[in-house]
Amino acid sequence: MTMEKRILTARFGKIDPLSIDDYIANGGYKALAAAVKMEAGSIIDEIETSKLRGRGGAAFPTFIKLKALVGEKEKTRYIVCNADEGEPGNFKDRHLMEQDPHQMLEGMIISAYVTQAQKGYIYIRGEYDKSMAIVKKALAQAREKGYLGKNILDTGFDFDIEVRSGAGAYVCGEEFALIESLEGKAGRSRPKPPFPTNAGVFLKPTMLNNVETFANIPHILEMGGAEYAKIGTESSKGTKLVSISGNAANRGVFEVPFGVSLKDAIEKLGGGVADGRQLKMVQLSGASGPILPADKIDIPIDFDHDIGAGAIILMDERTDIVDVLVRHAEFFEHESCGKCTPCREGNLHLVRILRKVQAGSATASELKAAENLADAMINTSLCGLGQSAPVPLATALASFGDQIRDSLAQTETKENA
Amino acid sequence: MVELKINNKPIKAEKGQTILEVARDNNIDIPTLCYYPDLDIHSECRVCVVEDDWGNLVTACSTEVRDGMEVKTNTPRVLESRRIVTELMLANHDTNCTMCEKNLHCELQRIASNLGIKENRFGSVWEKKEIDDHNPSVVRNPNRCVKCGRCIEVCKEVQGINVIDYMNRSHETSVEPTYGRYLSYEDCTFCGQCSSVCPVAAITEKDETDRVWEALHDEKKHVVVQVAPAVRVSLGEEMGQKPGSIVTEQMVAALKKLGFDRVFDTDFTADLTIIEEGHELIERVTEGGALPMMTSCCPGWISYVEQNYPDLIDNLSTCKSPQQMFGALAKTYYAEKEGIDPKDLFVVSMMPCTAKKFEASREEMSVTGEDPDVDVVLTTRELGRMIRQMGIDFDKLEKTPFDNPFGITTGAAAIFGATGGVMEAALRTVSEVVNKKPLEKLDFETVRGMDGIKEAEVELGGNKVKVAVAHTLSQARKVVEDVKAGKSEYAFIEVMACPGGCIGGGGQPYGTTNAIREERIRSTYQVDSTMKLRKSHENPVIDQLYKEYLEKPLGHKSHKLLHTHYTKRN
Repeated sequence: MTMEKRILTARFGKIDPLSIDDYIANGGYKALAAAVKMEAGSIIDEIETSKLRGRGGAAFPTFIKLKALVGEKEKTRYIVCNADEGEPGNFKDRHLMEQDPHQMLEGMIISAYVTQAQKGYIYIRGEYDKSMAIVKKALAQAREKGYLGKNILDTGFDFDIEVRSGAGAYVCGEEFALIESLEGKAGRSRPKPPFPTNAGVFLKPTMLNNVETFANIPHILEMGGAEYAKIGTESSKGTKLVSISGNAANRGVFEVPFGVSLKDAIEKLGGGVADGRQLKMVQLSGASGPILPADKIDIPIDFDHDIGAGAIILMDERTDIVDVLVRHAEFFEHESCGKCTPCREGNLHLVRILRKVQAGSATASELKAAENLADAMINTSLCGLGQSAPVPLATALASFGDQIRDSLAQTETKENA
Repeated sequence: MVELKINNKPIKAEKGQTILEVARDNNIDIPTLCYYPDLDIHSECRVCVVEDDWGNLVTACSTEVRDGMEVKTNTPRVLESRRIVTELMLANHDTNCTMCEKNLHCELQRIASNLGIKENRFGSVWEKKEIDDHNPSVVRNPNRCVKCGRCIEVCKEVQGINVIDYMNRSHETSVEPTYGRYLSYEDCTFCGQCSSVCPVAAITEKDETDRVWEALHDEKKHVVVQVAPAVRVSLGEEMGQKPGSIVTEQMVAALKKLGFDRVFDTDFTADLTIIEEGHELIERVTEGGALPMMTSCCPGWISYVEQNYPDLIDNLSTCKSPQQMFGALAKTYYAEKEGIDPKDLFVVSMMPCTAKKFEASREEMSVTGEDPDVDVVLTTRELGRMIRQMGIDFDKLEKTPFDNPFGITTGAAAIFGATGGVMEAALRTVSEVVNKKPLEKLDFETVRGMDGIKEAEVELGGNKVKVAVAHTLSQARKVVEDVKAGKSEYAFIEVMACPGGCIGGGGQPYGTTNAIREERIRSTYQVDSTMKLRKSHENPVIDQLYKEYLEKPLGHKSHKLLHTHYTKRN
């Protein structure tokens, strides 16, 4: 289909993911071979020109991290790949690891070469058994072929990568919680600054990126940053892997250039709503993303419009908005690490109040309290979990406020416990 | 240099300072809860949020100032956020404030009050949890806990013990000993630093003031009290005076008003400790014995060795602490002298320390084999509570001296309260006893102050001898690891478990910081420098005590009353 643009997914289905030879035969590790002949500065320049931004949801410019690491006095440095893909509605990193694992490794090795990092970690979501097995195999192959380990491609540069996994906590997808978990501690975030590029793993400079971000790097070096920057929109360059799920007729992972219409992607790639039903709403980015009503989806897929990590969750006419909000709130209540007050205590009250709304027994002042709470959580939580957990509620109140208020108790009571 | 504005006021600050530091330097108040000076910043509570010029709410405790920054500390958005965060904490908290140990001293209460919270829009989700009072020194009440993490931080980073940490997650997060066990004495050294930094009443000293009141009101009991050196430089603070105020004689007056029959000074048995411990050191060096010898005055340190370094028990001095020497003498010598049946004698200690409660309860610490030598140990904070309960106007008390026979003391004993003090007092005596000539200079400045590990070298009988002083258990660990590895070059090591020594003890007034510790240390040395007698071996009453009762240092009676033994625990 024409609206797709397959760069990161170009080899999907064409190569055996367990075969490094297949990868090499299809252009793999060429970028690394070229990179080790380049100055680190010019590699960074290419990435800056490409305007590559982080694909894990935060969309931070990748070259700034590379530059920051290079500028650190401390020489012990780490490259970390966030493969914890725990955000409900996202499953594109799994495809990247299971269908073309070397692409991400190549991106990591190039990043290590640029920053002279000695050690890399891939933090893979505990539930992703298959991804873990494939990535471990890929690492062994890369080591055997001299792309990893001691004296990479006879350059004298040493770098190796280790696979780590969590015990299933959603919060470990958050960069500092992930780093704490890597260090063997409980997954709880740290205050920023300092950022990981300054004090990350074991308080050493660390470049931490999503699987898809690393997977982009070899392609940028191959096609050149300027060429890459021709794809996409002003704010968002390149392609994005989107995961279409929910009540879509054709669920799956698709690679599109930034800027295509969300509506088109849903209709043409996702096949619209299954069983001929009406679309009621779409949630973007994941469980922590905004909920858009069906008439507000004629927007481009880009970082200015909340695409985040790329989840597109379709919900049809049968879906009750309050049910969705309760389900999400319960998820975040369960997954909060408990470190900061707004997230630890706030999610509990969001669940409590939304359940009352669901039961038709909440008062208007309770709903108002939830609204104020959502605002405070977004503004004051320590990490992305607490800051984004109330986003579905906050956006739903804007679009579906009347429906939600219809579920309130008719009389205002003093009781609110 | 950084130039910024806080609430439109132009301010100059140093690069690297946080918004909170700069604001406080400029008398702008920002409420904090999880923040504690001297501890690492974790920004858990989110109470200290302020608005920056980018429109973000940032935590003042963790955010460094930048040039051109404009900070607003009291916008409606800031106040509403603080209110919500505080209401959330209160909704999961036992808010029966009037029945709380920390009523009127609670940091959460003060924040809520300053924010004007009259109603909690989130109601209450608090569920009653079991109170853990299985520890002889501190009580853990999870119903009051706000999960700020200060206790964890002080136990982990300052003491290196880590007997409590976060358990579970989300709203089930709790601060507990491993696997939710009781804070039992296998793990805890009873230092009580956790209770001293807790902003609420989630960890408090075990309050035993009722037992003291009961004894004071019992006509049959002869109730005596001893007061540790560190209390006279901190009780004033507890009663609202400035840090480091020296209130020795007002303190004695207050204790008399409370109804104690005699008010004695632990400094007296501190002098006695120096005589015994000094001779023990000389004996070990000259006749052979486990070296380096390590001090034994600090019960937190003793527990630490018994639990973590049982192989080094022989290195500990066998001397009881001054508190326990006092207790033993009170129930024997003093009782005999005064013709009181030891059963009717009730001995109370006023200590800067929660671990002393445990020490007094050790079964070795009973010369009669029935009652403990020291019946009740109260902390400085509990003493303050008693004075307030009695309605005593502390500032207006007439100066009153200690009672005899345990009231004549020296400057050497006075400095026991500061880190390095025991070492300095011992060196003053040991060098004069061994070298048989007066010291030219009494002040051993290298062992003073807040550095974690300090050293000194002295000449004893023609040999150069190295000694070391450590305070906090994480610093002590470094010194002890060397001893364990056989690498230690020291003959004598002083360890105090708490930062700054006893003046920074776990039972001292709330709000103790390193800056306040320095004030108390300064006052401690001031007490020493103004005393007529400054060496323990010059205390005439100690001399008389040996002649009259104990015979000689390390003698038979001394061994029975003044020395003890230790047990491998855990």
